[in-house]
Amino acid sequence: MSKRRSDWESRPQARIRKWYKEGFLALDNEIINHLTQTTQLPLHTEEEVVAQQEAMSTRQRERTLALERLDQYNMLTWARTRGRKAITRLHVILALALGAMMIFFLLETVAQMPRFGDPATPGANIVSERYITKGLEETGATNIVSGMILDYRAFDTLGEATVLFVAASAVLILLRIDRNKDGSPVQELIAAESDDQHYEPRNDRILQGSAMVLVPTIFLYGIYIILNGHLSPGGGFSGGAIISAGLILYLDAFGFEKAGRFFTYKTFTWVSFFSLMFYALAKAYSFYCGVNNLPSGIPLGMPGAILSGGLIMPLNIAVGMVVACTMYIFYALFRKGGL
Amino acid sequence: MTFVHVALLGMLIVCALAVSLTRNLLTSLIVYMAYSLIMAIIWMFLESPDLAITEAAVGAGITSVLFFVTLKKIHAIKGDSEHEQAQK
Repeated sequence: MSKRRSDWESRPQARIRKWYKEGFLALDNEIINHLTQTTQLPLHTEEEVVAQQEAMSTRQRERTLALERLDQYNMLTWARTRGRKAITRLHVILALALGAMMIFFLLETVAQMPRFGDPATPGANIVSERYITKGLEETGATNIVSGMILDYRAFDTLGEATVLFVAASAVLILLRIDRNKDGSPVQELIAAESDDQHYEPRNDRILQGSAMVLVPTIFLYGIYIILNGHLSPGGGFSGGAIISAGLILYLDAFGFEKAGRFFTYKTFTWVSFFSLMFYALAKAYSFYCGVNNLPSGIPLGMPGAILSGGLIMPLNIAVGMVVACTMYIFYALFRKGGL
Repeated sequence: MTFVHVALLGMLIVCALAVSLTRNLLTSLIVYMAYSLIMAIIWMFLESPDLAITEAAVGAGITSVLFFVTLKKIHAIKGDSEHEQAQK
């Protein structure tokens, strides 16, 4: 019993209880005892005391330093071995949970969607009915998609083209490496060019030969898609992307020098500026006429003819030019930070 | 749903899994291009040729080219070792 009692007193709970019951006295007594004991050191001379104190303080400092170093070492080893494993595991678990959540919500959404081609879908309302029945009559475009995106919803398309232009400008600001004021290249630009030449093939016969055949074909196809956008599938955006693919192939095969003969920063700025300006002005005019119930005076032409559809073909050309220039400049800037 | 539809959709899922599971970035990029091409064919089957053209031009063409350039920029494409030594 007595043993248990003594055990009990040394345990933390008992000490806390004691401290709680007796107020601060128990602790204070201990501190007072401690202080009196330490002050009752055998005092000999002042020098000895000073030396002793110094020795004690240095020992204390060394001890704390060693402890700190041990703590650091322990933390580092933990981070290198078990900590890394734990963090990797946490990442895997988080990624799996996120993926499962995404899959669940997407499948849930798909399950609630109406069946494909169902006539009772919310999309098949009066708006789309009007597009289908009156689209040809009002826009003059046999390709109903072009009629929609460049006539009924031309404002959205203007926004899209502007977003592309703004993105290209942002990339230009971020990635372009400026030359010095006298036109000589900066160190960074030389490094980027040598890095570019390190990977790119120079005067590759196979690449140049296939580019000679492919580039005109790609250009022709892109132009066809743009010009025929109001009659058949296609339009400014896809045609512009195809033309920019041709430009990129030409650049890869023949290098920046030859491509720079017909495409510079000035080309990019002026073509984009005039295309967007023309688009905005043309659509502003037709919106103004539409709101005030005025006749726009733009002939719609025979449906199916190449010169028909009113403003759709010029707008397609404008969008295509913006897209082609933007994609090409993206590529050039990503590759070496300039044209 | 014909056999072609099922085969295309299955290939789409296989490509989508392969993109995320391959360790080589170049390989996953090429698989991603294949994914875009299959998607373009599926758009054709869904009777939206406009989207099919755009998907083939932008998804399989321009985006992949930009990805290739980015991989080159961050030196993720391992070049020919002999060529590199000759450069040094």
